[in-house]
Amino acid sequence: MGIELRGVTKRVGAVTHIKETSLTLEAGHFNVLLGETGSGKTSLIKLMAGLDPVASGAILMDGRDVTRLSPQQRNISLVHQFFVNYPHMTVFDNIASPLRVAGMAKSEIQGRVEEAARLLQLTPMLNRRPQELSGGQQQRTALARAIVKESRAVFLDEPLANLDYKLREELRDQLPDLFAGRGAVVVYATSEPEEALLLGGRTALMHDGRVVQFGPTAEIYRRPANLTAARVFSNPPINSAPVVKQGSEVRLGDTVRWTATGAAAGLADGTYTVAIRPDNVLPFPGHGASVAMRGRVLVTELSGSESSAHFALGAQNWVSLAPGVHPYEVGEDHTFYMDPAKCFYFGADGALVA
Amino acid sequence: MRKRSLIPLVYILFLLLPIYWLLAMSFKTTNEILAGFTLFPQTFTLANYRTIFTDPTWYWGYINSIIYVSINTVLSVLVALPAAYAFSRYRFLGDKHLFFWLLTNRMAPAAVFALPFFQLYSAIGLFDTHIAVALAHCLFNIPLAVWILEGFMSSVPKELDETAYVDGYSFPRFFVTIFLPTIKAGVGVAAFFCFMFSWVEMLLAKTLTAVYAKPIVATMTRTASSAGYELGLLAAAGTLTIIPGAIVIYFVRNYIAKGFALGRV
Repeated sequence: MGIELRGVTKRVGAVTHIKETSLTLEAGHFNVLLGETGSGKTSLIKLMAGLDPVASGAILMDGRDVTRLSPQQRNISLVHQFFVNYPHMTVFDNIASPLRVAGMAKSEIQGRVEEAARLLQLTPMLNRRPQELSGGQQQRTALARAIVKESRAVFLDEPLANLDYKLREELRDQLPDLFAGRGAVVVYATSEPEEALLLGGRTALMHDGRVVQFGPTAEIYRRPANLTAARVFSNPPINSAPVVKQGSEVRLGDTVRWTATGAAAGLADGTYTVAIRPDNVLPFPGHGASVAMRGRVLVTELSGSESSAHFALGAQNWVSLAPGVHPYEVGEDHTFYMDPAKCFYFGADGALVA
Repeated sequence: MRKRSLIPLVYILFLLLPIYWLLAMSFKTTNEILAGFTLFPQTFTLANYRTIFTDPTWYWGYINSIIYVSINTVLSVLVALPAAYAFSRYRFLGDKHLFFWLLTNRMAPAAVFALPFFQLYSAIGLFDTHIAVALAHCLFNIPLAVWILEGFMSSVPKELDETAYVDGYSFPRFFVTIFLPTIKAGVGVAAFFCFMFSWVEMLLAKTLTAVYAKPIVATMTRTASSAGYELGLLAAAGTLTIIPGAIVIYFVRNYIAKGFALGRV
């Protein structure tokens, strides 16, 4: 079971929305498409769903070429970011609609809809209309419609983006259970790196209409293949700056230097780009965070249990994200510490070298 | 009574005055109307209405009008639905120009088209038929219906269409069982305006008919008999022409508010 994209592209007029993409998505775990708004997640989903034609390439589902098939013929489900339900139908009829179109027997529809409604806690709302429901309930109705039929692929296009924080967490926890054991390929688009990590499975990092890296989510988080992948898979944005390696010493600007360790120690002398995650720039030393970086604090944000600070070091702005509450004085100099073992080094072509 | 409610009350009375006057006249004899100013009918009579409901030249006027207005309304909405869907969902070469051009059809006075229609319909044998008037009115009503429906359709997200296709709906099935119910307010408003324009339009209807499809508005202008103008009869006929519009507006009143909100009415 799986979806295979072979050199797929999409163009609208003269603009290329999806550059040549090859990707194999399998059933059994979440396939996350991670990228910022406009990176091509929705475009790619629409190609796989058959809602937009490909400009070139082929799409295979379970080994069968479906490139020229309409969405109706592909046996798939789709949940949009906006709560899309049929407004004139009750929740029951909404969930039942794909089964009715497929011509299923009435008695079987009844049972299936009730089961889907039970899974998504919609049983008390079955006789209401979508507009009478809260946003979370409306989206659960859309999800119920997506799971009620045995589709070969389920596309979830940022399904939680328009929900409030609490509902989002609640529904996100439910999602993996909902699709477990269904044998459908689940494709989940999101713009939040955190969401990709929470869902696990495999992640395709998307940027500017192409997949920059694809692999098991935790693995590509630990080892971004290139600078773009590191940037896509980081929130707040990853810090990056040019460094010079000479002998065993790495120099960043005039003031920051450290001894290259691990794979970095084996790099040839020269100029590299270093990427340091904001959670590896801490306002206190320890746990390997030993390299001091002193800069003037520009902006601070406190979000409950985490503090973030933007500070200027040389010509560069840096971001620190630390657990706990830290008092920063805007405009004052402050020393931050980072662990050189957790840095990524990229060569001139942007590929990861250490 | 508070001062604040006085002003709207006066305003409403002012608006209702001509309608009241028409209604009062319809229950008067022509002699009484011509005799002078009376606020209420002095000799209350239903003779005017009796004439209309018993004289075929009168009641056929209403039937003819209702026939061609209904044909026109159904035809306009049916033709406008796919056109509006195309304008709302697809980008094609010159779509915006075409949309504007459709609306320009409404900018010329009906009189401009009376002569070409008359000549054309006479030549092809459509003169004095219901369909002739219904088709002529399409010239004004289809652009209007497209304009109204396009507004309603564009307020429905394209994702609804996509969801339906993914769920397995074919296009015709989606259009009839999902899309139409979703924009039924728009269909109601479009049908209402087509009905109204066709119902009150006189010039084309009068020009393109003679006997068999003669509309009520034409009948009303030909009431000069040997006894002079029958004003009471005319007033009764006028009162009756208000009724269909009032009924239709009652049913679509809530939808029209929605149309205003979309800026398309």
